[in-house]
Order: sequence, then C-alpha cells, then structure tokens
Amino acid sequence: MDLLAFGKTGWGDELFYATLMTLAVSITAMIIGFFFALIFTPLKLSKYKFLNLIGNFYTTVIRGVPELLVIYLFFFGGSGAIMFVASMFGYNEYIEINAFLTGSFAIGIISGAYSTEVFRGAIQSIEKGQFEASKTLGFKKPIQFFKIIMPQMLRLSIPNLSNVWQITLKDTSLISVTGLVEIMRQSYIAAGSTRDPLFFYSVAAVLYLLLTYLSLKLINRLEVKYSRGF
Amino acid sequence: MDIDLMITSFPKLLNATATTLKLLSLSLFFGLFIGLLFAILRLSKNVFLSYFAYFYSYIFRGTPLLVQIFIIYFGLGQIEYIRSSVLWVVLKEPYWCAIIAFALNTGAYTSEILRSAFQTIKPGFIEAGKSLGVPSKIIFYKIKLPIAIKQSLPAYGNEIILMLKGTSLASTVTLMDLTGVAKYIIATTFKPIEVFIVAGSIYLFMTFIIHNLIKFLEKRFGYE
Repeated sequence: MDLLAFGKTGWGDELFYATLMTLAVSITAMIIGFFFALIFTPLKLSKYKFLNLIGNFYTTVIRGVPELLVIYLFFFGGSGAIMFVASMFGYNEYIEINAFLTGSFAIGIISGAYSTEVFRGAIQSIEKGQFEASKTLGFKKPIQFFKIIMPQMLRLSIPNLSNVWQITLKDTSLISVTGLVEIMRQSYIAAGSTRDPLFFYSVAAVLYLLLTYLSLKLINRLEVKYSRGF
Repeated sequence: MDIDLMITSFPKLLNATATTLKLLSLSLFFGLFIGLLFAILRLSKNVFLSYFAYFYSYIFRGTPLLVQIFIIYFGLGQIEYIRSSVLWVVLKEPYWCAIIAFALNTGAYTSEILRSAFQTIKPGFIEAGKSLGVPSKIIFYKIKLPIAIKQSLPAYGNEIILMLKGTSLASTVTLMDLTGVAKYIIATTFKPIEVFIVAGSIYLFMTFIIHNLIKFLEKRFGYE
C-alpha cells in the first residue's frame, strides 16, 4: 500500500492524474465522435446512393479494422495527414500536434463510427408522423432537424450511447502505445521502476472498473431523467 | 502513394495474418467453453456460483483487454509459486499468454450472450420435455443447448469480429501478428497510409468473410 502513497514516496498522485487524463481523453474523444456522427448519420440516411456509400464506408472500415491499427495510423501519420488536409484548405504552415490531440482524434473517429450507428438506429425508430408533422407545419429543414428530430434522437440514443462510452473509455488504454501518460502508461512506468507489474496493472484494472461503474451510475440517472415524457 | 511498398509488404502481412487467425481460432475455441461454463454457473440456483459468474463477466467486460493481457503476461510471472510450477511452461510464452487473455475475455462476453439466449428459451419447450419424461441431462443437450446456440448466433458473430480486432493487441506483447508486422513496416518506412490500406483491407476481408459465414449459418438454422 506504500506504493500508492501520495507525494514523492508513492505512485498515488501520479495514478490520480493519469485517471484524470484517461477521463479527459475519453470525454474529448466522445465529443469528437459526436460531431463525426452528426456528419455521417445524415449521409447514411440520405436518399443519394453516393452519400450512402461515403457514410457506409466510414462505419464499415472503422468498425472492421482494429483500433490499434487506427491509432498507429494517426500516431505515425498524424501530423502529415493533418497538414495534408490543411493544405487542401490553403493552409501550408507546419502543424505540430501533441499526443493528447492525436489520441483523442483517433479514438474520436472510432467512437464516432459507433455513435453514427446508434444515431441511425435512433432516427429510424422515431415515428414517421414526427417528420411529416414538422414538414406540414412548414418548419425550415435545419429547424426540423435541430428542434424536432435531434431532441428525440438524443433521448432514444442514451442507452446505446452509454455502451459507446464504455467502449471509448476502454479504447483509450490503447493510446498508451503513443506515450500519452494515462492510466495504462502510468502503470507501465510504475511497474517498470518498482518491478511490481502485477500490483500496478491490477490497480489499473480497478481504476478502469471504477470509471465504468461510476459513469454507468451517472448515465442511468440521466436516462431516468430524460425518459420522462415531454 | 507508394504502390511498390504496398506490393512488397502484402506477402509479409499475409504471412502475419496466419498468426492472427491462429490466435483468433484458439481463443474462440477456449472462449466458447469458458463462456458456456460461466453461462451455466450464472443461471444456477446456487447464489454463490451465480454471483461468482456475474463477478467474472463484470470484471472482464469492465476493464480494457490491454490490462488483462499485461496482467497475465507481465504480472503472473512475478509470483514465485507460478514460476516454479508446471504452469510456467505455458505462461512464459507470450503466445499462450495472449491466448489465455483473449479466451478469458471472449469467454466473459460469450457467457453473457449465451445467458440471455438460455433465458429467452420459451418455458414450454422445457416443460414439454419434462412431461415426456426426458431426463434433465438430455433436455439440456437436446433442447436447451441447440435453441440457445441458434438464438445467440447473430450476437456471437459480432463477438467473433470484436475478437478478431482484439487479437491486434497481441502485438503489444512482442507477437508478430498482422498489426504487429504492420506496425513494424510503418516504423521502418514511415509510410503509415500505404501500410494501413493493405493491412486494413486484409482485416476488412476477414470481417466480411466472418459476417457472411454467420449470415449463412443463420439461414441454415432457419433464423428469421
């Protein structure tokens, strides 16, 4: 237990900050994924075959390729790829990106693919009458989506988004290969310098369990709150 | 785009795919037995056994696979008792450590899939078996198990694909599977996109095959 003391003698404070880092990466990735999902869900549901193709390509590729491979792609090709994209928009300066952003982005793209599937399912389960009613009332398209469809979509998505959150939280452990000091990386460092891997990886496991347990509690409360009728 | 690199790295990656498939099939094989065992324990009337199975699946589903591999590969070797026992013959090999971790992990998910499949069996089937005087062992093997397997096929197909992706973590314990070799080529050539396209396509191809195989089985077993 001395090993977990706070301060210079133990690894308690380091592991505490590493846990915060894991949380920060997961939340950032979830938000990035959310925006990806908002872009790709309409593509998947579009009338146009070509847009469907783009949407399906994204979710199929990301969900069919190991997370680790995606992370390696971003880790090794990150700044190059982002500079390439930026240059298409006319920005040619050197862009340096840090491990936090690369990692969050890689995990965000993965979590976005799962969120897209969740949103697609949610929109498809909204009653047709809602779409028709919003049309007949003469709302403009964006208002239709943001004021009528999206609130219902989000409400229906909460249970499945909670699964996506769990997957995302666990996926952040893979960013440790890029050197970002989150729970896994910190345990690796601690295990290396104390030669006690069993203890520190078990602590890591407990920290992840704690995170999943507490966040599930929170999400369940949200679910109860938002499943009430309007 | 470096087409040459893509062509030269393809056979190397294909070679590594054999390792990936070996890891996948062995972990699924062991995982299926673990899953079945824990599904039965979970549904047993004994509260202690049922809680034990719940606890097992909760831990393995609540922590990242990477932690599980590291605990088994780096952690267990630390215990003197294990190092001096027969188990060490197996546990000193990263290959078997990875398979044990994968099997325990997929076993936890499989147990949940099978449990819900067992629970959705209509009581009428079992009652019919009982009233015909069929011994409970035969009821299990001839009635419950076939229905549960049929019921859990779609979910198990997803689990196979998740496990296929999970095997990529073997590369973190020095194994040269598809992802391991891909990482090695990326790190030596600094051409991540080309290698990603080739390795990613191989993974996608395998997912495609698994997906269609499960669809075919679903049809064969008359699943609507």
